[in-house]
Amino acid sequence: MRYLFAGVFFGFVLVKSEVVSWFRIQEMFRFDSFHMYGVIGSAIVVGAVSIWIINKLELNDMDGNTMELEPKDNSITKRYVFGGFIFGLGWALTGACPGPLYVLSGSGLLIMTVPLVSAIIGAWVYGLLRPRLPH
Amino acid sequence: MIGLMVPLLLYIGNQSFGVSSSFRHLCSATIPAGLDYFDYNWKNHKWNIWLVAGMIIGGFLGGYVFGNPEPIRLAAHTRQQLSALGIHDFSGLIPGDLFNWSNLLTIKGFIVMVVGGFLVGFGARYAGGCTSGHAITGMAAFQKASFISVVGFFVGGLIVTYFLLPVIIN
Repeated sequence: MRYLFAGVFFGFVLVKSEVVSWFRIQEMFRFDSFHMYGVIGSAIVVGAVSIWIINKLELNDMDGNTMELEPKDNSITKRYVFGGFIFGLGWALTGACPGPLYVLSGSGLLIMTVPLVSAIIGAWVYGLLRPRLPH
Repeated sequence: MIGLMVPLLLYIGNQSFGVSSSFRHLCSATIPAGLDYFDYNWKNHKWNIWLVAGMIIGGFLGGYVFGNPEPIRLAAHTRQQLSALGIHDFSGLIPGDLFNWSNLLTIKGFIVMVVGGFLVGFGARYAGGCTSGHAITGMAAFQKASFISVVGFFVGGLIVTYFLLPVIIN
């Protein structure tokens, strides 16, 4: 349940910061505005500082466990190059990454459920082809 | 504000912030089809489904109930370039003259909405993360994998923006 509230907060912020806008994504890939870089950049800085504080002070979560981020597998490269590239193609076409697809669908733009469902199908096809793809 | 999601999710349940894993969990919950990738107990990841359900509600509140009627203050240069591509509806969050139901059966509409969405889902799972998991969480944690992925995001995005989109939309 607490994740539902976290999601409501995140979804709301994504709309208000306009990063869910197809136009903002176009602007970003044309390097015409600092808007997206500012939003994502500050999110990275806030994230990095909080991770640093959490590790430094060895803070616990609300259930008393040590807070820890799942590390990515840094020993492989191919999946990030190919997967990232494919994701980028889709990101610039739909002007939305996974988060905004949910948010826009919720905002009354029902047409955005089309790319959302399509993205879920894309994930399924990845699951199907995974054994044959280079990672 | 967005960056706060990283410590928030760590604090409320020791979870690593990311959105695109929800696609995997939804597949696993509905049509796992015996594929290894979907063969796990998705119920252990319910938090992720709650998160995206909340995001739909957050979108409803932010975009519909408390929606901003003003158009986005887009950079003049982008606006001019998009106009040249035949986009004239700048009133909402997305161009209504490109994203609509009747366009779905046109080649440009199909590529932008259906193929684009497919590539987002496929690519995000292939790369093991999207903007939230890689660009924000991963880069904030200085993960090499995430830096590589984000470079990939941009190479793909720039190719579409400068070479493919003009051809597709026109």
